[in-house]
Amino acid sequence: MAEYQNLFTTVQPVGPASAGVPLPPEDSQRIGTPFFLHLAGRLGNAQIGPVYLGWLGLASLLFGTLAFNIIGFNMLAQVDWNPLQMIRQLFWLALDPPAPKYGLSIAPLNDGGWWNIAGLFLTVSLILWWARMYRRARQLGLGTHVAWAFAAAIWLYLVVGFFRPVLMGSWSESVPFGIFPHLDWTAALSLRYGNLFYNPFHALSIVFLYGSVLLFAMHGATILAVGRYGGEREIEQIIDRGTASERAGLFWRWTMGFNASMESIHRWAWWFAVLCPLVGGIGILLTGTVVDNWYLWSVKHHVVPSYPAMWVPTIDPALLGVKP
Amino acid sequence: MIMRTTIKLLLASTAALLLSACEKPPIAVSQTGFRGTGMEQVYNPRTLATQASLNKAPEVSAAVADVPGGPKAGAIYQNVKVLGDLSVGEFARTMSAITEWVAPQQGCNYCHVAGNFADDSVYTKVVARKMLQMTQKVNSGWKQHVAETGVTCYTCHRGNNIPKEIWFAPQPQKSAGGSLGNDFGQNRAAKSVGLSSLPYDPFTPYFLDSKPIRVNGNQALAMTGAAANRSSIKQAEHTYGTMIHWSEALGVNCTYCHNTQAFAEWGANATPQRATAWYGIRMARELNNEYMVPLTSVFPANRLGPTGDVAKANCATCHQGAYKPLYGAAMAKHYPAMYAPVKAPDAPAAVPVADAGLAVPVAGKVEVSAK
Repeated sequence: MAEYQNLFTTVQPVGPASAGVPLPPEDSQRIGTPFFLHLAGRLGNAQIGPVYLGWLGLASLLFGTLAFNIIGFNMLAQVDWNPLQMIRQLFWLALDPPAPKYGLSIAPLNDGGWWNIAGLFLTVSLILWWARMYRRARQLGLGTHVAWAFAAAIWLYLVVGFFRPVLMGSWSESVPFGIFPHLDWTAALSLRYGNLFYNPFHALSIVFLYGSVLLFAMHGATILAVGRYGGEREIEQIIDRGTASERAGLFWRWTMGFNASMESIHRWAWWFAVLCPLVGGIGILLTGTVVDNWYLWSVKHHVVPSYPAMWVPTIDPALLGVKP
Repeated sequence: MIMRTTIKLLLASTAALLLSACEKPPIAVSQTGFRGTGMEQVYNPRTLATQASLNKAPEVSAAVADVPGGPKAGAIYQNVKVLGDLSVGEFARTMSAITEWVAPQQGCNYCHVAGNFADDSVYTKVVARKMLQMTQKVNSGWKQHVAETGVTCYTCHRGNNIPKEIWFAPQPQKSAGGSLGNDFGQNRAAKSVGLSSLPYDPFTPYFLDSKPIRVNGNQALAMTGAAANRSSIKQAEHTYGTMIHWSEALGVNCTYCHNTQAFAEWGANATPQRATAWYGIRMARELNNEYMVPLTSVFPANRLGPTGDVAKANCATCHQGAYKPLYGAAMAKHYPAMYAPVKAPDAPAAVPVADAGLAVPVAGKVEVSAK
């Protein structure tokens, strides 16, 4: 028999659509009649809409669409305006930043100028969307945690695309817009600056990245496991700790000697997620501006282990005065 | 129920396929350096078996008896400019070997005018003469790269008129001069860079020009003025692209030459093969500039590239997927014509040879006992 479960439900109880809390008169109103989508209900809330756009959202979408189109049409032009080839080669195509010779000046459009314009529009779009998140949270009487977490991601984006290129004096140092090309850039950045894995801020960033994943898995699993005691009602459990919280806490004390609380686990998760791009951005900002070769930097600071030699050390032929 | 099982099976097989990168196991790994350093070669025995069958050296033709004081080819035949010092018998043996290696279908007339073998009017004969000089240069002047193994016409030609692995400068992009769609010489899924989106001409800067391939600095901190390392990330992408070519051409991983903890470092962080490769790039560059480029006007237009440049060599021209061409079969020593001067192969060149590189066991054969 079908059974109502708390988190993964096969039965969807459907009530009247919720319009949400009233908005103040100076705000534009939410648009669209809400409707129910069964498939959406399998993953989350079945109700879709109403949607709030407002001028911040509209402006953000406008600039985002402009950037998206500049990138897209440049890719389309690269395959001679053949839409099928565009789909086929999509992962390889990109809009690249200007060549190093242009420095921080604005290159001709087809020599990277488009990249500057697309980057500017995308940045404007992201910052407008950030402001929208902040405003919406305030309007609903929420804290602004989501906006600040998003700001951490924007920080890394700006380091890679703006702060670092400006400090290096060249837009060419920045990342292209494209799927594989941006990954090639990542690899090339590491190769050029002597192996980014020796960058301690990169290492910290990885700690927080993998740490986020671990915490999310631990927290998700814990809540699912105590769902039968109402553990998914986390907010209530924070204020009025019930048997679900007690059992969850006891489980972790038994298995690893320490447990986070119903409230603190969310701070753990938030900080891990936010610190990942935050420290990563610091690491990128120092790369090339302060440190030129992270491997040699690590050798200098005695963190590179030495291994037993397996062959006669190979001498760089360039040092032997060899011609050619 | 059946539906669910099917979905589960499908998911499991998809996961298996993705995890093995769509390559049917077994995938073999052989350790080539100290444990835990990632110094190892990864290969698939099945692919390797195919490779091995494609890289077999042909039979060496029967040697001819050397008659001391016998007539030389230059004295008997006319217009013999390179191989004049060969005995007549050896000369004929060499000519027939070259025919087998380069023009087995067409025979002598691929290069020669029937009835007048001295005639230089067929362009292929002029090219062949230059190529003989090139081969002699490789075997006698580039021992740091080819050691005593050497090369013959077959190393590159493999029975084809034109070696399969040659390169031309790519066709300039159509929309490069327009108002949008500049691909900056990359982003094409090009074969030259192993289907990556790296710069698709990884050859011109290093195999024709001598652009700096090294992008790493030798200082930990960023310096200013003359001491600053001004290599750009785009430059690093070019180096990366050409390295992909080397890896593909030799059928080896990065770790064949480099320790990936520090790609730029020499000493204990570079295998002896890296020194051999260092000479290889200079050899290819010299061959292209000294032997191929001067032939540009000799070739008919249909043999030239899209921009009118001559066919040129890179690592794959000889290696063709093998870490040593023909897996190290020593063919050249059986053909004195492949050395300059023809009679006795040169003494080792005056430049220091990184001989450690020649003594080290090859990938796939090494089993380092990790202590």
